[in-house]
Amino acid sequence: MRLINRHPGRVLALVLAALPFLAALVAYSVSSEIRLAANPQDRLLPSLTKIAETAGRLFTEGDRRTGAILLWHDTGASLRRLALGVGIAALVSLVAGIGIGLLPHVRKTFSGFVAVVSMVPPLAVLPILFIVFGLGEVSKVVLIVVGITPVMIRDLAGRTMEIPREMIVKAETLGASSRVIASRVVLPQVMPRLIQCIRLALGPAWLFLIAAEAIASEVGLGYRIFLVRRYLAMDVILTYVIWITALAFVMDWLLRLLARRAFPWTGAGL
Amino acid sequence: MTFVSVRNIFQSYGDRPILERVNLDVAEGEFVSIVGASGCGKSTFLRLLLAEERPVKGEIRIDGNPPAVEPGRERGVVFQRYSVFPHMTVRENIVAGESFERASGRFFGAERRAALARADAVLARIGLSHVAGQYPATLSGGMQQRLAIGQALAARPRILLLDEPFGALDPGTRLQMHDFLMELRAETGMTVFMVTHDLSEGFKLGDRVLVFDKTRWDADYPDRYGATVTYDFDARDGGMPFQHLLDQFPGLAPEFPLSALPGSAVRDHQGPEAAPTGPRL
Repeated sequence: MRLINRHPGRVLALVLAALPFLAALVAYSVSSEIRLAANPQDRLLPSLTKIAETAGRLFTEGDRRTGAILLWHDTGASLRRLALGVGIAALVSLVAGIGIGLLPHVRKTFSGFVAVVSMVPPLAVLPILFIVFGLGEVSKVVLIVVGITPVMIRDLAGRTMEIPREMIVKAETLGASSRVIASRVVLPQVMPRLIQCIRLALGPAWLFLIAAEAIASEVGLGYRIFLVRRYLAMDVILTYVIWITALAFVMDWLLRLLARRAFPWTGAGL
Repeated sequence: MTFVSVRNIFQSYGDRPILERVNLDVAEGEFVSIVGASGCGKSTFLRLLLAEERPVKGEIRIDGNPPAVEPGRERGVVFQRYSVFPHMTVRENIVAGESFERASGRFFGAERRAALARADAVLARIGLSHVAGQYPATLSGGMQQRLAIGQALAARPRILLLDEPFGALDPGTRLQMHDFLMELRAETGMTVFMVTHDLSEGFKLGDRVLVFDKTRWDADYPDRYGATVTYDFDARDGGMPFQHLLDQFPGLAPEFPLSALPGSAVRDHQGPEAAPTGPRL
């Protein structure tokens, strides 16, 4: 039998899925063990128990000076920036995407511009953003928006233009105005793609968020990681990295759930 | 009485002519089938009727109205695919046929309830009541096309345009759809234009069958000339023309019954006594 036709059974599938995770964990523990055996004070690869201890402390114990639990403050600040940035980007790209996809005049005006702007590396304009918007919250949100919006606009405009011409013409013969076609034919069909877009954009959004926080901030997940880096506090950094990964994973899962619940027609017929 | 008048239509894409000198008069309630080889311009002609594109020259009027610049409620359309909205339930698709002309595209309150009741009546008529709450993707191809026709008729168009509406259906479903369409047409008396690849379908359903073809042919440059209507068959009475000519022009009737001619299989009620001395035709 050919390899392409061989499928793992249920149990084997689970084992296979768990395998890379276990392998990474084992590889880390072994390396950590080796380093710690040579030098018990080694900070580079803290043992798993040490990380668990640190994690427990970070999640529950307050700061010695203020009493506030920093990890939750960092999480709150970062998530607020992320939500603002992604939310604004989603709104802008939805309006612009449908406009470019549906209206020939808007398309002629903006599609070239968006194509060029999407080639600008966002991190290269970060200094400009800091200068223009200051070192506060605005510049971080704007970096996320600038970073992910152009790609999302292009994707949503493309999706809008993919809507079969027949369907638009059919709506016209039912007497629909441009507005009705946009709101009742195009928008509902673009929404699932928007969710898809957001899921894909969350990766870059986190990247831009952490980059902006690392450079200038007083609170935030990225800020903390780059702060404790100076003390080589790998246990704190790893806790934060795992936490960020978990957050991103949960967001992705929630968006997937939302897409399935809110747009039952996309899965219909399968 | 001309309802749809097509006057001297020319259409070309770039410098490639597609249609030339198309003239047509269609009476209200006629069913016109349009056939022809691939690339003969029959779909282009349908798009012109739909006002999805405008002709280079000539004009198309419905009921004497000025030529349309874009598709509107005068014209209903059903394509081979993508004719219903996948994100709306079957019932909402029918309601959309009425509500899309509103500024918001929706009905509210009592008006919405009335529209839903009307939609349920339409669904009962087209036999889709049992799937009213489902999405079109869960329906079979035939059911989707029935829904598309029901939706188009809900907007009460003056003419109905069908672009190979049954092209993607299996032969059995196609026959059912023929019956369905003939019933609907008998009820509504709608003027219909149907583009089809299937000649027998065209003759079975249509009152007239138009054939599009090129009348001039340049062997060195096939794209030089466009197509036009080359045949206009009377497809009523099983494709045998002039069956009801005497009803229209009684004066053409012979002075004695044809059935009484020697050798005629049909016996006239007057009997053989009225034997002719000779035919006078």
